[in-house]
Amino acid sequence: MTSTSTPFARNQWYVAAYAHEIGRELLGRTILGEPVVLYRTEDDHTPVALADRCVHRRFPLSESRLDGDRIVCGYHGFTYDTTGTCVSVPGQKRVPRTARVASYPLVEQDALIWIWIGDPALADPQTIPRARHLADPAWTTVTGMEPIDGDYGLLVDNLMDLSHETYLHGGCIGTPEVAETPITTEVDEDAGIVRVSRHMDDAACPPFYARSTGIDGRITRWQDIEYFAPCLYLLHSRIAPVGVLPEADGTDPNAFHTEITYAITPSSEGKVYDFWAVSRDFATDDAEVTAFLRDFNHEVVMQDVNALNLLQRTLDTEPDGYQELSINIDTGALAARRILARLAEEGAKPVEAVR
Amino acid sequence: MTGGDTSGKVYRIHWLPGTDRLHGTCHCGAEHTAQDPVEMWDWMLSHPEGHQ
Ligand code: FES
Ligand SMILES: [Fe+2]
Ligand SMILES: [Zn+2]
Repeated sequence: MTSTSTPFARNQWYVAAYAHEIGRELLGRTILGEPVVLYRTEDDHTPVALADRCVHRRFPLSESRLDGDRIVCGYHGFTYDTTGTCVSVPGQKRVPRTARVASYPLVEQDALIWIWIGDPALADPQTIPRARHLADPAWTTVTGMEPIDGDYGLLVDNLMDLSHETYLHGGCIGTPEVAETPITTEVDEDAGIVRVSRHMDDAACPPFYARSTGIDGRITRWQDIEYFAPCLYLLHSRIAPVGVLPEADGTDPNAFHTEITYAITPSSEGKVYDFWAVSRDFATDDAEVTAFLRDFNHEVVMQDVNALNLLQRTLDTEPDGYQELSINIDTGALAARRILARLAEEGAKPVEAVR
Repeated sequence: MTGGDTSGKVYRIHWLPGTDRLHGTCHCGAEHTAQDPVEMWDWMLSHPEGHQ
């Protein structure tokens, strides 16, 4: 790895999977360098996450099998319960006292499975950022996940600056007004949130929105990014006919809303899981719109994935200490990097120092 | 902005694309203009130094 690799921030919640990905099949993922196996219990479907390495000879438990709620190692049969305790070993009655694998705190919320990486005693589910639209029946959501062979910091950079739309996604989602609209970047230091906003008062309506919303003519287009470092990124998109604003009471019945969600989960060093979702509160039953959004967004995501894979391969060939040059479009990304550096530092300290 | 939870310590930077200037406001109310986001964040984070 080059000097660019962004340090992992431990003692934080990360998205391990979509809720629908976890079931009675064992699923292996590597999160912040830690191999994890995920499944659900038979009766109450509680999600379970254990370290994915058998204590005997390190065989991956994710390549093993479930016997009820227990994992039976696929190599010699060490058997683990949902807490990670080894409850039987082959050929003998006595189970060594130290035979256990780590278990991870999990929370199922907003159609996501959140995992705590760090000291389990510090895991507070109240600190998990919300993405309520993902599980709200008033919204229709399409989802996907792409692994990227790139530092997770590259994905954060990518998402914090929408000006790359014009170049990397030319013709797909960029429109000329994007270049003439004021951008506000806010950093809420203590909460670890970066917000980047761009409100276009009078913009052309991209053809997709014209078709799916029935708006003909020009639009008001708002894009509000909220990045809850380190893992959750929301892009709140609001589209309405020009001049149509939210009501005084805060409701917004005459606009069309799209929530674009990313979960940025560092995997092993130099790799990241890119979870993406697009939720909408209009044309919610229209299967054609759903299919279009799924295909379209997948295409956009793949343009980013390919670019970041290429960028990482390129950075890997650079000598250490190469230079970058930041300009105004990087204001939000620089803020995000700084917060990640702080979180990584805090997560690396002994517990007493954090509190 | 979208509002939501703020703990009070908010740094804010405005930029009009097409122009070169960033306008920054610290949580203490001090303002600063810069041509470069690195310089802007350096100024912001040096609070309270040079913020009055
Ligand atoms: S490696 Fe798991 S039982 Fe031997
Ligand atoms: Fe992109
Ligand atoms: Zn200040």
